[in-house]
Amino acid sequence: MKAKRTGIRRVILAALAAIVLVISTGASYAAPVLKMATTTSTDNTGLLDYLAPIFLADTGIELQWVSVGTGKALEYGRNGDVDVVLTHDPESEKKFVDDGAGVGPRQVMYNDFVVLGPSSDPAGIKGKPVNEAFGIIALKSAPFASRADKSGTHMAELRIWQAAGVPEPDRESWYIQTGQGMLDTINIAGERDGYALADRGTFITYEASHKGNPPVVILVEGDETLKNQYSVIPVNPAKHANVNSELATKFADWLVSAKTQLDIANFKLEGKQLFFPNAK
Amino acid sequence: MDYITEGFFRALGLIFSMNEETWSAVRTTMRLTMSSMALTLLIGLPLGFALGYHEFRGRRIIRTAADTLLALPTVVVGLIVYAFISNRGPLGKWQLLFSVKGMAIGQTILALPIVVALTASAIENLEERLRFTLLTLGASGWRMAVTCLAESRYALLVAAMTAYGRIVAEVGVSMMIGGNIKWHTRTITTAITLETGKGDFALGIALGLLLLLISFAVNVGLSFVKHRTDS
Repeated sequence: MKAKRTGIRRVILAALAAIVLVISTGASYAAPVLKMATTTSTDNTGLLDYLAPIFLADTGIELQWVSVGTGKALEYGRNGDVDVVLTHDPESEKKFVDDGAGVGPRQVMYNDFVVLGPSSDPAGIKGKPVNEAFGIIALKSAPFASRADKSGTHMAELRIWQAAGVPEPDRESWYIQTGQGMLDTINIAGERDGYALADRGTFITYEASHKGNPPVVILVEGDETLKNQYSVIPVNPAKHANVNSELATKFADWLVSAKTQLDIANFKLEGKQLFFPNAK
Repeated sequence: MDYITEGFFRALGLIFSMNEETWSAVRTTMRLTMSSMALTLLIGLPLGFALGYHEFRGRRIIRTAADTLLALPTVVVGLIVYAFISNRGPLGKWQLLFSVKGMAIGQTILALPIVVALTASAIENLEERLRFTLLTLGASGWRMAVTCLAESRYALLVAAMTAYGRIVAEVGVSMMIGGNIKWHTRTITTAITLETGKGDFALGIALGLLLLLISFAVNVGLSFVKHRTDS
């Protein structure tokens, strides 16, 4: 009995020691860490995987990011959970700054939205101006997959419905509110032979994963209203003591510097340029 | 269809090549699972024992509450923990959001009801005679608890394995509290979510197989331990 108990005790001690060892390792970072909330498009396309090592080499700061929709990214900023945000919805960004949640917003780059649909294009929108195309989709009740998640892409989509004079779709049977990320939404459009609004970068990723034979293709592009502007905004340190505004400002300055702007222009996916730097 | 077979072969490739990124997710998963399991057992076993052993007013209500919490959705736990540890929340100054520590807290809350409920019923099911024997032998308090828990070790092993299953497979808490930050809080399950989101189904399947393989190794190890203590 006694021998058995010391046996159990030894096992427990060994387990505790192992746990302490595992928990204590890897807890310390040499480089200062900048926390950023950003959108799925910058992450899914691999842009940040490409920029973060350059940023570390240039400044010695480690960039850590969470990628969510623009709405949630700004919410993380409001709550002071991150030091900086990189998002693409000018209207909610303006509100973010006006509310005092962020300071010193800077334009960084843009890419563009494209309207996707099956190559057979049953609604017949190919090459039409975007507002007209959306009008036709609604009129013909063609399936349309929407992010419906307050992301930058979703907000842009809502503005287009408005400009097209279509009351914001909600319970219409053709309107599929996915509530998911861009690629999931494109996938759903593909499965349902439907239309969707997407950023070009994510579409190129999607196209590449289908080895050149994607179920949906670009039908409308190049319209001025389809421009997708990205901005970087450091979170206001006056609101949250823990926010590291020094690193955030450094990052914003670095993003708009001539060198980084060139790096952004040089970032290519499947041989195509995805983001067009336009810092002011 | 080819992504299913492709996934299988890429799983083999991932396991044998063990590239740095996959390895980091595996390490984070292990570190996180161990922390969560340790916390859960440390809190859950005494609580479960107390609940199963002692008769007191309100015991039935607490048991029912523990049983109900078995059905806690992971995103709800994620949301509640986020509300507390966000910089704006009451525990914001501890900087737990987007850290493995924060994730471990969330997973502990998730798995605690399992350990408490199953430990309590294991103790309740112990033979009444054992208790009397122990009492006549002069056992009390701490020793009594340890002996009772040791006598029901198989039931407790089941409790721990069930908790392990819930912890290692969940994605809601890890995603919300951890944020899926590469090299830091990316676990195997959040990596699967990411790769699926990126349209790389094959890599998602490969990572899923890798996770199963780890769980298989854990179970083989445990059955070995069980066998050893039997003989």
